[in-house]
Amino acid sequence: MAAPVLVETRGLSKHYGEVVAVDRIDLEVRAGEVFGLLGPNGAGKTTTVLMLLGLSEPDAGTVAVCGLDPARDPLGVKRRVGYLPDTVGFYDAMTGRENLRYTAALNELDPDEAEDRIEALLDRVGLTEVADRPVGTYSRGMRQRLGLADTLVKDPQVVVLDEPLVGIDPEGMVEMQRLIVELAAEERRAVLLTSHMLHQVQEMCDRIAIFIGGRVVAEGTAAELASGLGDGRRVYEVAADVSEEVLAGALRSAFDDATEVRAAGNGRWRVTLPAKAATRLIPVLVAAEVPLHEVRELGADLSEIYHRYFVEATA
Amino acid sequence: MTTIERSEVWIRRRPGWAVIARKEFADHLLSVRFTALLVLLGLVALASVYAAAGALRDAAPDTAGASGMFLRLFTVRGEPVPFSFLTFVGFLAPILGIAFGFDAVNGERAQRTLPRLVAQPIHRDDVINGKFVAGLATVALILGVVTLIVAGLGIVLLGITPTAAEVLRLFLWYLVVTMFVGVWLAFATLCSVWMSRAATAALVAIGVWLVLALFGAFFARIAADVISPIDPADPRSALENVRTELAVARLSPVTLYEEAAVALLTPELRSVGLVTLAQLDRAVVSDLPVAQSLLLVWPQIVGLVAVTVVIFAAAYVSFMRQEIRA
Repeated sequence: MAAPVLVETRGLSKHYGEVVAVDRIDLEVRAGEVFGLLGPNGAGKTTTVLMLLGLSEPDAGTVAVCGLDPARDPLGVKRRVGYLPDTVGFYDAMTGRENLRYTAALNELDPDEAEDRIEALLDRVGLTEVADRPVGTYSRGMRQRLGLADTLVKDPQVVVLDEPLVGIDPEGMVEMQRLIVELAAEERRAVLLTSHMLHQVQEMCDRIAIFIGGRVVAEGTAAELASGLGDGRRVYEVAADVSEEVLAGALRSAFDDATEVRAAGNGRWRVTLPAKAATRLIPVLVAAEVPLHEVRELGADLSEIYHRYFVEATA
Repeated sequence: MTTIERSEVWIRRRPGWAVIARKEFADHLLSVRFTALLVLLGLVALASVYAAAGALRDAAPDTAGASGMFLRLFTVRGEPVPFSFLTFVGFLAPILGIAFGFDAVNGERAQRTLPRLVAQPIHRDDVINGKFVAGLATVALILGVVTLIVAGLGIVLLGITPTAAEVLRLFLWYLVVTMFVGVWLAFATLCSVWMSRAATAALVAIGVWLVLALFGAFFARIAADVISPIDPADPRSALENVRTELAVARLSPVTLYEEAAVALLTPELRSVGLVTLAQLDRAVVSDLPVAQSLLLVWPQIVGLVAVTVVIFAAAYVSFMRQEIRA
């Protein structure tokens, strides 16, 4: 049996005046899954997240979180969803533990039960040592980890993390990624995270939606996204002592117009081909007597895809 | 699915606004501004009452046996202090309201705690309601402490104990001054919703307070002269002019507070409006019962509550309409 869908949007849209912030997006996140919304800043990721929590009203479309409509039952949704805002803030004069206690009280937790859970969470994010120091003395990474603990105080079914990896040092990054993956894989929560950091998203997320200009331009597992550009084309990097005209000419005479050649610097070229043409790339180049050093498929790298969608969306 | 089932049966332990009010109240009590304002207001109150006690003692041979001696401690001024306790508190109390409200909402924004706060299972208005309640409780605490200290000092200095009616009047005055501060608390909260920087909100609130406190009477005078100018040929126009001035002045919460406070603490006061010499002719000076004094300024008290409600409602609506990450 497939895991239950905990977050679902259909045609979700939001605009501010003339500006369309979120444009008809359809998402589905299941329990036990890490779903990544990948996109540049200002793509509408945070707006989407706020609509999921009922903190912003959609102009069109529907949202269901744990089967509830955030616009009609915001409290029911907020009881089940843990939210880590981007650049999370705490009351600096209060200790880390006190900040978590406040969240527990707002969630109507039993004080004794809350105390145990807070202790366990502080231990889990590695803040036990500093738990009784004012948050004002915390580093950026410590705040971020306290933020993760804060979202888990209510034992949520759905965890929404807005840019959880920003401002964390590389060491902490690995730890944070491990914690996030654990939430879905071991505790069967649905995790929705937004990020503009490609590699981390690729590592953590089971499924990824590329989100540009308020639209989801591609969606799938990292492998699915990487296996093509969604339209079946593939990207290769060709290293050869050749001018662009010669290379492009050779390719265009052999393949159709879908061929695209772009300089990548240092005598390297990025070549985009229709999927069915791919196996003939090297024979064609050899036949055209192009002095070839190397041919490498770039399809497996998400950054190429991301970059490509980004260029297309902003062109 | 155990999580859903359990959260369904969670009993409501404390409503959201109460959790917020509790935390905010604790913050206020530990804040520097609480200590500073308590000391400031306490010193001013002590000075004015000490001076008033001196003045009352000097006048004791003439006023021996007069009623309402204890309350005069609060309404009489003595050298070298330029104001009575009543006037002082009326002038300084608004700063209490401003101090505990000017950073209510924009402070949460500046600390970036607002998105996290409203993502908890509370209604959005719990935030502003809880903060208002906490602010008002803090202000009431400071005013209560200062009033009690002053009353105790008065008993020691003058050697007279207040009657039950005097205690009741003092308590009613305490409620009125708390309501008056509520106006300013609501206004400061409104500023904190509208202005993203706490410093700007504080400056605007203090500016409005100073203008109303210092120039309110002046504006009422000008307005009266414009609305109903005095016609030298018609004595009635002079009366009309003064009536208009009073009506305009009563739009300001400062006037409302002053009239209510004076009437409550001065038992012999019969009217807060215009009194002609003819009306005073052969009037017997006697004290009004507490209920009658209260009735006299009931409109002012209702007015204070109304102003608070209107301003708070404006803050409430603005806050509910704002984007969370504005």
